[in-house]
Amino acid sequence: MGLSAVGTLLDTLRARFGGTLLDAHERLGDEAVVVARDHALELFGFLRDDPEMAFDFLIDLTAVDYLGKTPRFEVVAHLFSLPKRHRLRVKVPVDENDCWAHSLSPLWKNANWLEREAFDMYGIRFAGHPDLRRILMYPEFEGHPLRKDYPHNRRQPLIPERDPIENPWPPRRLGGAR
Amino acid sequence: MTLSARQEQFTVADPLHEIMELQMGPSHPASHGTIKFNLKLDGETIVDCDVEIGYLHRGFEKMCEQGTWTQVFPYTDRLNYASPLINNVGFALTAEKLAGIQAPERAEWIRMLCSEISRITDHLTCLGMAGVEVGAFTVGLYTNEAREYLYDIVETITGARLTVSYCRLGGVTNDLPARFGEVLADRFRKIRAVLADCDKLLTRNRIFVDRMSGVGLLSQDDAISYGLTGPLLRATGVNYDVRKQCPYLYYDQVDFEVPLGTRGDNYDRFLVRFYEIEQSMRIAEQCLAKLKELSGPVMIADSRFALPPKRDVYNSIEGLMNHFKIVMEGIKVPPGEAYLAVEGANGELGFYLVSDGSGRPYRVRVRGPCFFGMASLGQVLKGHMIADIITTFGMINMIGGECDR
Repeated sequence: MGLSAVGTLLDTLRARFGGTLLDAHERLGDEAVVVARDHALELFGFLRDDPEMAFDFLIDLTAVDYLGKTPRFEVVAHLFSLPKRHRLRVKVPVDENDCWAHSLSPLWKNANWLEREAFDMYGIRFAGHPDLRRILMYPEFEGHPLRKDYPHNRRQPLIPERDPIENPWPPRRLGGAR
Repeated sequence: MTLSARQEQFTVADPLHEIMELQMGPSHPASHGTIKFNLKLDGETIVDCDVEIGYLHRGFEKMCEQGTWTQVFPYTDRLNYASPLINNVGFALTAEKLAGIQAPERAEWIRMLCSEISRITDHLTCLGMAGVEVGAFTVGLYTNEAREYLYDIVETITGARLTVSYCRLGGVTNDLPARFGEVLADRFRKIRAVLADCDKLLTRNRIFVDRMSGVGLLSQDDAISYGLTGPLLRATGVNYDVRKQCPYLYYDQVDFEVPLGTRGDNYDRFLVRFYEIEQSMRIAEQCLAKLKELSGPVMIADSRFALPPKRDVYNSIEGLMNHFKIVMEGIKVPPGEAYLAVEGANGELGFYLVSDGSGRPYRVRVRGPCFFGMASLGQVLKGHMIADIITTFGMINMIGGECDR
């Protein structure tokens, strides 16, 4: 992709969202914007539906733990537009003590599982998620393993055997965030 | 009866139909891969399906943060273990993007060649098992034989059949062995013969077509919304192949076609994979032709990233120190973050890497295509029969190591 095309994508976003974008930059050929949580849904909706943006793929959604910094977490989404053939990284900072973000599941179907994984690994809750429960770990798992303050060799306590009739896996609909 | 009509039929309360809950798995003999389906059944028809993954979670992303950048490569072998070389290449390219280096041209062509060999082994695994699942055991043995031809080749290049660890930051560990081109051409000839047999056995086989055609339907919009890529997406007719749309390595310099399906059912997924094997062999042959006239190193000569030659390590203090620094402290990748996608055998295989400038990765995120296929499976299976789970699950081609990480 040429440099001019890089310019237009970020310029359009800067012009339209102005102050609500905390940062917009292009490094190593990856374009990225950082947006405050309160404006994230509006931005994602625009990115998906605007014909100039046309980001039809939610390629990936994950989080990064910057332990020691404030805010501590970043929810990172990678978008791809098949018609326009451009990519964008959208980052939403999330504070440790107010650890939730808006769910993208109304916009993309795969957000359901991706957010369940981010919740499982980092303990970030997603407001508006239809079915937020652990996905890779078991329900009795203590802590969130990809957090930087979770030691990689920590042992987990033994758990009693689960009666599949009395207490079936999965305990569905634990409820969304908040 | 159409699928939606069948679904609607079971939403009506009917005292004769009692909904039965059944847990299928996690160790079901008919599903290869440890996975559990929590089913709600009306007779043999699936009313609701909750797919449960995570049985093969080994903390890949956590463990990658504990070692150096080079030590991540053996872990990537164990992501999609049916095509480990593509994982190697994907991680190497992303880390190189972050480090701002590029492997020598010969190494890049070798990486392309290896990626295509891995793609063929992965597709052969999937196709053979598709046959076995519906009772065509012979096909499974034939494709396993064909796969062995290529595993032999992989072994001569890397020294291992599956746990290859072939790539490094800035190149590959060693050059291709002597007379490699002749051996590979011979193996491709044999594989084409096997494929012709499989084609006769399966593609127009009444039993096979009946079991696959019209099963596991997914619309284009749903496939995109679920983030499906690779053969699953192309079976619906969406033309997205990372090698064409966002070329990496030298894929823009080789000539190949991208097979597309029309309906998005299991039969189309089968055909897309089947025809991709031939295209991969075409790419591999072009890589071979290019490599014949291309000589040069397969590793960059930059002491910040590449281990120095052993002669220097033993005979000069600089060589010894460079070696020591890379082995003990790890390669110092500059701080930053990068995402790069390669076309894995099952779709877009993306790596999102964050570096803090120390010798260890700060964050390694893998976007494995299987995870997205599994996310869509619950919806795909609604309204189908229990027996369709096996064929549909087989065509998603879930590789536990990549899905559960």
